[in-house]
Amino acid sequence: MSHHKLEVKDLHYSYPDEHKAVKGMSFCIYHGESVGIIGANGAGKSTLLMLLMGILFPSQGEVCVADVKVTKKTLPMIRQRLGMVFQDPDDQLFMTTVYDDVAFGPRNYKLDEKEVEKRVLQALEMVGIAHLKDRAPFKLSGGEKRAAAIASVLSMQPDILVMDEPTAALDPKSRRRVMALLHSFKHTKIITSHDLDMIYETCDRTIVIKNGEIAADGLTSEILVNSELMDECGLEVPLALQNCPVCGGKKIDFTL
Amino acid sequence: MSKIMNSLYNMRILDDLARKETFIHKLHPLVKLLTTVSYLAVVVSFGKYDIGGLLPLLLYPSMIFALAEIPLKPIFIRILIVSPLIIGIGILNPFFDDQTFLLVGTEISRGWVTFLSLIIRSGLTVTAALLLIATTGMDRLGGALRMLKIPRIFVLQLLLTYRYISVLMEEVARTLRAYSLRAPGQKGVHRSAWGSLAGQLILRTIDRAQRIYEAMCLRGFTGEYHTGGFKQIRVWDLTYLGAWVLFFAMARIYNIPMLLGSFITGVIR
Repeated sequence: MSHHKLEVKDLHYSYPDEHKAVKGMSFCIYHGESVGIIGANGAGKSTLLMLLMGILFPSQGEVCVADVKVTKKTLPMIRQRLGMVFQDPDDQLFMTTVYDDVAFGPRNYKLDEKEVEKRVLQALEMVGIAHLKDRAPFKLSGGEKRAAAIASVLSMQPDILVMDEPTAALDPKSRRRVMALLHSFKHTKIITSHDLDMIYETCDRTIVIKNGEIAADGLTSEILVNSELMDECGLEVPLALQNCPVCGGKKIDFTL
Repeated sequence: MSKIMNSLYNMRILDDLARKETFIHKLHPLVKLLTTVSYLAVVVSFGKYDIGGLLPLLLYPSMIFALAEIPLKPIFIRILIVSPLIIGIGILNPFFDDQTFLLVGTEISRGWVTFLSLIIRSGLTVTAALLLIATTGMDRLGGALRMLKIPRIFVLQLLLTYRYISVLMEEVARTLRAYSLRAPGQKGVHRSAWGSLAGQLILRTIDRAQRIYEAMCLRGFTGEYHTGGFKQIRVWDLTYLGAWVLFFAMARIYNIPMLLGSFITGVIR
């Protein structure tokens, strides 16, 4: 299934102020994988996502989606395949109703209104907020907004879902709901987050970024338990894997 | 502070009203747009001394208020917002146009008549425009404008400006909240902070607008703002348009209050 492949080859990017945010990253993500991208603040995660989506263009190297290089010309095709959910749902929801917001993408691809309706209702069903379709997005709660933002991307039926901090600023129950939702998707997933417990549960593979370079790339179950590596990269072992805060006793390591 | 948050919510009341499902709301947007445009044309076409002729035109907004179940208060508050501008334009009329005439034994400057006529006309036109938005919604209105072959750049600008106002207001509210929490006992914002506050606001809203634009591009936005398809224009829609245009034409050609007056006095005689 090469058409769901995402390949990054020797990627470099410098901001106009000459700050080098990405320095020679290379990796390949295959169909159905779910990959967590983690790193300290300012490590280059957001820049990497913007390069993947073609919001920024690399100063050197290339990004290929399904063997097609991301350039200005190929953007419409690329963006139909890659759906990105922003960190702040308020940036993504700007129409007057949830329905119109979710329909925004399909309408831009000039689908006929019946197909648009089908896709919108399907996407809203998937994230469980079909009953909110006529509400104004700004009146929704944080969790509902996040679900609406995810639906607005799902309605475009992308092959690859890219998410920037999908569980940020959510209460524990809403966070669980979003995680269950992520589990239920069969898409290829690329998730950046500081919520390492979520990454541990959701992603099979993890890429650790440090100062614009890849510090590690491998199985989540191996990388996230490596406390030395985590510490070096400004991170820590997920809370679920740390020692008991009350008795200090060691947790049973399920990965062994 | 809470005033700004309130006005933010109030600003969106027009969007909320547009989601009602009355007979007026269900009319085709293009028909409502054309009706409003012809209404505006008739209202502004009256001479500056002709107040009596304007009175029958009050019927249109009153009917829409009643049929579309639009509350009066939010619309009137918005008219008040534009009123300083209108008063500013018209306040000098009584001084420049100082010819006088007699009304029930009192001498009145014709300038006052033109001033009053200006206020009535601006009131009617602004009300009609607000009612159009409150019964149609900005997005569908944009669609109707596109059907009239208005260039997409203008329509897009209108729609995005409308959206951008709320983005700006949210940033203002957030910044002012942060300011007021650290400046207790101050009324408003001290002038020493005006410059940096305004600068911050511009930068933040530009950033925010940039992110919204990126989110739009990622979902296939290429410059055309699609608001979904429209239903066909029905006979009923055309009847609505026809009836109003006919009424407006009658009100323009015949002085209805005078006709009514002479009819009634004729009957009495």
